Amino acid sequence: MFVNKSTLSSMARYETYSAWLLAAPALILLSLFLIIPFLMSVGLAFTDQRLISPLPTEFVGLRNFIRLFSDKVFFKSIGNNFVFVLIVVPVQTTLALLLAILVDRTRRFSNFFRMIYFMPVVVPMIVVSVIWYFMYNPSIGLINKALGTISFGMLGNSLWLQSERAALPAIMILSIWQGVGFQMVIYLAGLQDVPQSLYEAATVDGASPLKTFWSITLPHLRNTTIFIIVSTTILAFQLFTQVKVITNGGPNDATSTAVLYIYNQGFKSLKVGYAAAASVLFIIIVLAVSLIQRRYLHSNREVG
Amino acid sequence: MIIEKLTRSRRFMKRVSALLRYLGMVTLGLFFIFPIVFLLVSSLKPEYLVARDMSSLMAFIPRDISLKNYFDVFNEMPFHRFMLNSLIIVGSIVSIGVLVNSMAAYAFSRLRWKGRDLILGIIVASMIIPFEAISIPLLLEVNKFNWIDTYFVQIIVFIAMPLYIFLFYQFFLGIPEDIETAAKIDGAGYFLIFFKIILPISKPVIATVAILNFIQQWGNFLWPLMVTRGFEVRPLPVAMQAFFGMNPRIWGDIMAFASMITIPVLILFLVFQKWFVKSVASSGIKG
Repeated sequence: MFVNKSTLSSMARYETYSAWLLAAPALILLSLFLIIPFLMSVGLAFTDQRLISPLPTEFVGLRNFIRLFSDKVFFKSIGNNFVFVLIVVPVQTTLALLLAILVDRTRRFSNFFRMIYFMPVVVPMIVVSVIWYFMYNPSIGLINKALGTISFGMLGNSLWLQSERAALPAIMILSIWQGVGFQMVIYLAGLQDVPQSLYEAATVDGASPLKTFWSITLPHLRNTTIFIIVSTTILAFQLFTQVKVITNGGPNDATSTAVLYIYNQGFKSLKVGYAAAASVLFIIIVLAVSLIQRRYLHSNREVG
Repeated sequence: MIIEKLTRSRRFMKRVSALLRYLGMVTLGLFFIFPIVFLLVSSLKPEYLVARDMSSLMAFIPRDISLKNYFDVFNEMPFHRFMLNSLIIVGSIVSIGVLVNSMAAYAFSRLRWKGRDLILGIIVASMIIPFEAISIPLLLEVNKFNWIDTYFVQIIVFIAMPLYIFLFYQFFLGIPEDIETAAKIDGAGYFLIFFKIILPISKPVIATVAILNFIQQWGNFLWPLMVTRGFEVRPLPVAMQAFFGMNPRIWGDIMAFASMITIPVLILFLVFQKWFVKSVASSGIKG
């Protein structure tokens, strides 16, 4: 090639220049609305910053964190998040896999069933909340009536959203109803990647469907499952809209969540510094949980 | 004869299991579809019937239907305004978002420059920060800029998204180099190559990002709840929540309002079903 050095370096310079120009809008916006607020929340966590206040902001050291650690509502909210994650993630993942396999095995109407199962995903959460609020009505809601009918009156007396024990499970059910179709579709894509020849070999060997599922389908879906578990967990920690609209965290904080708590402290009570401290702890918890998940799931893969 | 009997019984078993599977699938289908049917049917019923029918299967059967609840919603509040607000906000986010995120992804995937891998690493890592966790300092920030109660503040914050940059990035990585080479020899600049060559062959990933972004933004709730005070720039979900919180609750009207948020998305979904499913499926291939 007869390209001299200066042309090469000017080409490289042109490439660098173009790259920065192309990426500039996104980088500026991400810095302004993701990185800066993130750094701000770390800084604000050590101050008494309020949303609107005539007084100057002061550095208060660890006071916000000390208060948080003695705040029962904060712990209850985080605890609710953990209960929600521990139940919803496995149940939703399993149900999604079940639906995907049912749809995948069906020859006739498979697109139809896929459409029906996926439909709640496109319904906005605010609407989902309203529908299920009506269905959970203790005296005239469909859920209690249906439970009463199929159990001959044994069930169907729950106060659901007004009961401290049943409110969080009620929120879980509607969340799974809305979200499971999304994971089902991801599993369906994963199922397409399982080599058909393996199934044929299993049939020739006379393996039972259950055996085929355990030794062929499930191992091939490992990456998909890891992705689904990790992403559903992160989503589950962000639980907000349904509890804000339906129960507003009640009764007696039984459905309060980390995000609702942060919202109430920062937006309702205007205590920005305190809310920032809660946000920092929240981010650390989410980060820790997904790092542990990733490490555990990936190391399992190497053994398996 | 024994063999014949065996195959016959095996075939019988197969039919039974297929029947059971369909039965299970239909039951599951009812679980997923009934709440949506309940919503749409109730929105068409007179107020007294909504409550009376709610506790039985009548909840799913339309009777005495009329559009009265829908007219009520339009008469009682500036519903058309909320709809317009939502369309402006979501439309802007989706269209500008596709452009901004794909441009950045092109720079990350096809151009060589110093700092590229580091910045990409930061972007990928930042995917884990929940928006909800930074919303309070963000509110303080936009409050200082005096952006409260504008369309702008509801749009600008959601334009650049790490997840969508990443989805574009993955797609662009898979495009063969030769496609650009000819244009480069002709002396075309990177912007020209991006807009004339790369974007036109990227329709699948554009559809994916647009659809995922649309589903997410159409129902977006927390941020608009924080940054809108009056009805002028308020989008549908926040208006819905305010209406839902009013006393006394008029159930039929609430159902009509909720239906009108849902119907546009349902129609889009039914028409572009394949694309919706493809989008979701390809959002998961990163494992």
